[in-house]
Amino acid sequence: MKAIGIILAGGNNSRMQELSNKRAIAAMPIGGGYRSIDFALSNMSNSHIQTVAVLTQYSARSLNEHLSSSKWWDFGRKQGGLYVFNPTVTVDNSWWYRGTADAMYQNIAFLKRRHEPYVIITSGDCVYKMDYNKVLDAHIEKKADITVVCKDVPAGEDVSRFGVVRMNEDSRIIEFEEKPMVSHSNTISTGIYIVRRRQLIEMLERSAEEERWDFVTDILIRYKNMKRIYGYKMKEYWSNIATVESYYQTNMDFLKPEVRKYFFRDEPKIYSKVDDLPPAKYNVGSDVRNSLVASGCIINSKVENSILFKKVFVGKNCVIKNSIILNDVYIGDNTHIENCIVESRDTLKANTYYCGDNGIKIVAENNERYVI
Amino acid sequence: MIRKEMIAMLLAGGQGSRLGVLTAKVAKPAVAFGGKYRIIDFPLSNCINSGIDTVGVLTQYQPLRLNTHIGIGIPWDLDRNNGGVTVLPPYEKSDNSEWYSGTANAIFQNMNYMESYNPEYVLILSGDHIYKMDYEVMLDFHKENNADVTIATMPVPIEEASRFGIVITDENKKIEDFQEKPKEPKSNLASMGIYIFSWKVLKEALYAMKDQSGCDFGKHIIPYCHEKGQRLFAYECNGYWKDVGTLGSYWEANMELVDLIPEFNLYEEYWKIYTKSDIIEPQYLSPESVTEKSIIGEGSEIYGEVYHSVIGAGVTIGKGTVVRDSIVMKGTCIGEGATIDKSIIAENCQIGDRVVLGVGEEKPNKLNASIYSFGLVTIGEKSVIPEGVSVGKNTAISGATVKADYPDGILDSGEVIIKAGDSL
Repeated sequence: MKAIGIILAGGNNSRMQELSNKRAIAAMPIGGGYRSIDFALSNMSNSHIQTVAVLTQYSARSLNEHLSSSKWWDFGRKQGGLYVFNPTVTVDNSWWYRGTADAMYQNIAFLKRRHEPYVIITSGDCVYKMDYNKVLDAHIEKKADITVVCKDVPAGEDVSRFGVVRMNEDSRIIEFEEKPMVSHSNTISTGIYIVRRRQLIEMLERSAEEERWDFVTDILIRYKNMKRIYGYKMKEYWSNIATVESYYQTNMDFLKPEVRKYFFRDEPKIYSKVDDLPPAKYNVGSDVRNSLVASGCIINSKVENSILFKKVFVGKNCVIKNSIILNDVYIGDNTHIENCIVESRDTLKANTYYCGDNGIKIVAENNERYVI
Repeated sequence: MIRKEMIAMLLAGGQGSRLGVLTAKVAKPAVAFGGKYRIIDFPLSNCINSGIDTVGVLTQYQPLRLNTHIGIGIPWDLDRNNGGVTVLPPYEKSDNSEWYSGTANAIFQNMNYMESYNPEYVLILSGDHIYKMDYEVMLDFHKENNADVTIATMPVPIEEASRFGIVITDENKKIEDFQEKPKEPKSNLASMGIYIFSWKVLKEALYAMKDQSGCDFGKHIIPYCHEKGQRLFAYECNGYWKDVGTLGSYWEANMELVDLIPEFNLYEEYWKIYTKSDIIEPQYLSPESVTEKSIIGEGSEIYGEVYHSVIGAGVTIGKGTVVRDSIVMKGTCIGEGATIDKSIIAENCQIGDRVVLGVGEEKPNKLNASIYSFGLVTIGEKSVIPEGVSVGKNTAISGATVKADYPDGILDSGEVIIKAGDSL
């Protein structure tokens, strides 16, 4: 085996609004039945990477519950396996992870103990399918020190929340700007990197000595002219979910037949924790159009252009339109929900009205479940 | 080896021939049920929910699907360091190699398996019933009565009692007598085919009856124990219990699941039913789709209309197709503009555009009127039905059929098409 994987899953982001109150972005539900981190984990597994470390920090309970067993992604192995590293107090360190590079530096013992020559670094908040071996082949062919997986976004799209790169005709990265206000390139970094393991250890140790903690600004950008940093362009579907708008849009993308085919029907598959829920049930009065419905749902009324995650109960005479209802939500009778994201485990009382008039409304009630 | 108080032996080797083409290539316990389950999921889930973590599954007839489904028992948490699930097929011995010739004979041939756990009690189960039951409560009853054998029973209407093995008990539930399918039943307590034996009693009886050909629990072992004067008790259950042995009862039990609050409720938090699901993505319902009074499995794509039906995982139902009162199993694809009425369509079938299933008057089936009745259309797994044909009631189809198999594009009620060597 040529590589090990590191998934950076510690992040929080104020642009997720209330949705990130109770979980890390990597644990956000996606596409009706998955969590965001399932995509990176499944890609690792499908690329035959046997050893994967997930670095968590912010609000990791939900994520840790999801990762409580590694067998769903085929990581329950004697050789390799899935490791979850939370920040921990040691004799010579009592800090939280101060940045992405620091998160890896604090677990440098793990990196040193392995024998695989390469490390694949990715984040837990992106929805994509990828065979990392193809990137690794390009990395080796270019004799690169670091390879950054990049993607072209349509011209004019706001790229200010991404790292923006410019490559020369040999794909070598000649310019890398982190979250620029104005950019002249429409090629962004997807946050997927390949580095030689010894090279990474060396760079992490040096950065730590200089008290620099961020992988992008303190390693990628600083080493840009010294090391051979190459770009690898991916053309397939890729989406980062770290804002409410992109989270909503990424989920709604699954209503498109080509996206569903790509993620649901085409091999290799995306894996997730199995919940042992019964099939979805449609009672009299259900009228479901252009929607995704997960297992365990019971539906008694109208649902349109929406995504119902696992175990959602929809009462009678409701209208649910253009909305995302996260796991285990109870919706009382005669409720109207439009342009909303309803937070998981929520209970919406009967006869209520929720509508996102200017953009997406996040509904997070704290009603008692059995007092309806 | 850590000693186990009670282990379960699950009899899953039967063909279930009354399910016709549905069990042509799979054992009955591996037949799909309720959208995403297989029949064996119910006793296996009952075991783990009752705290029994050691289960021997005895297989014989067409075991491939069953073996793949059970694997190492992960879905039921039966992958254990000690115990867990073990598949027990018949095997060659230095003398007297034989198939499993009866229920008790199958258990007898696995004496070594049971002895390795040296249990105090052995629970005998069969893999072809749909029910939820706490075997631990039954064991408590067994212990309280200081019983040697406890038989799970359930009250049935007295007019139906002659279809069952009937037990007659005194006021303390001690069994006084048996009647096997009696014409004039003296009681309405029917045996459910679920037994708890004290291990020593079972071992002694199996050895005593080892030369009995086709040795069976109901016919030989239980009467033997009774004659020896052992303490036999009847444990009475009143919950849902369904033998899905015929196409009619199989269809009915599936249809009951779509009731508003079904008698057998899969949606209860308590007492979950576990299964191996290899399809986990959500299902998609298109802008033209209609779904009412139905349950639908993961990953299905519905473009047509579905009423009062049970649809499995990964099924595609094309535009303009209407499915009514039917069971469609995993991976089947139904084309556009078809009409499906009161049909059972097994796994991975291809139903062409504009096919009509279940039309016309009922006529008795020509191959076997007692199996293919109830007005059902039954289609075996991996069958292909060419576009535009019509199929009547009480019919059965198995294999990749072509237009030439349907004179004038019609398969009349009561007819059967079974293609030899019918794999694609």
